[in-house]
Amino acid sequence: MTTAWVKSDRQKEREKLLRAQGRRSVSAATISTIVVAGLVVFGLLASPGWPRVRETFFSWDALVASLPDILRGFLLNVVIFLVAEPIVLVLGLGVALVRGLRSPVFFPLRALAALYTDVFRGIPVVLLIYLVGFGVPALQLQGVPSDPVVLGTIALILSYTSFVAEVFRSGIDSVHPSQKAAARSLGLSHGQTMRYVVVPQAVRRVVPPLLNDFASLQKDSALVAMLGPLEALRQAQIHAAEMFNYTPYVAAALLFVALTVPLARFTDHLAARAARQRGGAT
Amino acid sequence: MTLLTVDGVWKRYGDHDVLKGVDLTVDSHEVVCLIGASGSGKSTLLRCVNLLETVDDGAILLDGADITDVRADPDDVRKRIGIVFQAYNLFPHMTVLDNITLAPRKVHGVGRAQAEEQARELLTRFGLESKARDYPDRLSGGQQQRVAIIRAIATQPRLLLLDEVTSALDPTLVNEVLGVIRELKESGMTMILATHEMGFARDIADTVCFLADGVLLERGHPDQIFGSPQHPRTREFLSRT
Ligand SMILES: Nc1ncnc2c1ncn2[C@@H]1O[C@H](COP(=O)(O)OP(=O)(O)OP(=O)(O)O)[C@@H](O)[C@H]1O
Ligand SMILES: [Mg+2]
Repeated sequence: MTTAWVKSDRQKEREKLLRAQGRRSVSAATISTIVVAGLVVFGLLASPGWPRVRETFFSWDALVASLPDILRGFLLNVVIFLVAEPIVLVLGLGVALVRGLRSPVFFPLRALAALYTDVFRGIPVVLLIYLVGFGVPALQLQGVPSDPVVLGTIALILSYTSFVAEVFRSGIDSVHPSQKAAARSLGLSHGQTMRYVVVPQAVRRVVPPLLNDFASLQKDSALVAMLGPLEALRQAQIHAAEMFNYTPYVAAALLFVALTVPLARFTDHLAARAARQRGGAT
Repeated sequence: MTLLTVDGVWKRYGDHDVLKGVDLTVDSHEVVCLIGASGSGKSTLLRCVNLLETVDDGAILLDGADITDVRADPDDVRKRIGIVFQAYNLFPHMTVLDNITLAPRKVHGVGRAQAEEQARELLTRFGLESKARDYPDRLSGGQQQRVAIIRAIATQPRLLLLDEVTSALDPTLVNEVLGVIRELKESGMTMILATHEMGFARDIADTVCFLADGVLLERGHPDQIFGSPQHPRTREFLSRT
């Protein structure tokens, strides 16, 4: 075997310098953050309208009074999100796969899928929630749900599936055609090729944009408020109206942010990892 | 015994005739090398044999059965023919072992344990046993191509098509891949290879075919083609390489 590696003095010196550089950048970042934050706070406090703003937007009493209800409402937002997201993922992938079918037998299905994505990506989410939430019960059909939470969630699913389907489709298209040729030439059928070769690669590539859509879906769950259910935004509206104070809105916003930020950091982390992997691939 | 018969195959892209009535027969255990200038139609011919392209006229027979018959099942034909391309062969999201065992397991219904055992035997035979659990991007170009060849023969095809499998490689890596092909010839594999490595073609081929503009101009024993080419265009092509 080769001789064991003993770090040379040159390498030790190099590592010492690197550590010193690291310490210097950390302290530089800390100092500049403190300075910027200080300036912002000072600017706020020094502005003439600050006392009034503090009273109407950042009132401690209003916060304490409204927070329990808003939190309870927020739980409903989380449930809507948790139910809608997996359904959106499955349906979105399904629509994308249908659009990729080549056989003429599937033409009607393919056309339907294309029409669906075109139409539903075009309708603003707010409108769709109104249409589904008030339109469907008006039909007075047997067995069709009339619960506004269910209807609102369905509207969100309809809208987001059309976006997610396009994300999946672009991921599928981005897989090099020779991968498909390699799989087919091994004797794999179209279905097997998609399942074992194309879709796994496509999904890995679209994880960051998908998480972006997650974050968006999660905050759009507040739009279900328009149908009346007592989720976070609705609770905040009620309390704000009672107290003539906007603090409940700020509280609701903070709750949404608290959930979105970790998701965003996670997206960045995955995107960075994907970039590293691509860098290493040939 | 004749394994493959290519009979008057035409292929046209738009108004460009890429193959103009190619005839070719390949016997069992024979190694045929296709040579010819870039764009002469070598890859297209191999892709037609593997049914990755549909022919516009003529027929291709494997074991006497017409595989270009519109009623033939392309997946069934491809089970019996292996192909390795110039690049991008391996599936990047699977380990070497999974790349090799995918088709035996999913297409040929071999159990996982047995498929992996066979794959490991092949890897050992070609000096790659330590790479079984690695992902393709950790392998050198030559190692990737060797794995691609192993994957193509793992299903024990009747015929192996190799399309310029060394042309994307660093010259120092070419030999290890050529060594694999040589070993396959010794084990009796029937192969058609398109290649720009004239020295290798001369060394390994039983028959060399010279393609020019979609026409098979000349075929013969390597000594004859490289030693005393008959057609002026063959002579011109060989003098340039
Ligand atoms: N899908 C396609 N559509 C249109 N033209 C094509 C297509 N595939 C190949 N061709 C054309 O067919 C001709 C033959 O291509 P082919 O790839 O068979 O050549 P080749 O002999 O393999 O060349 P090389 O040695 O460079 O690999 C070329 O002129 C090429 O441009
Ligand atoms: Mg070619």
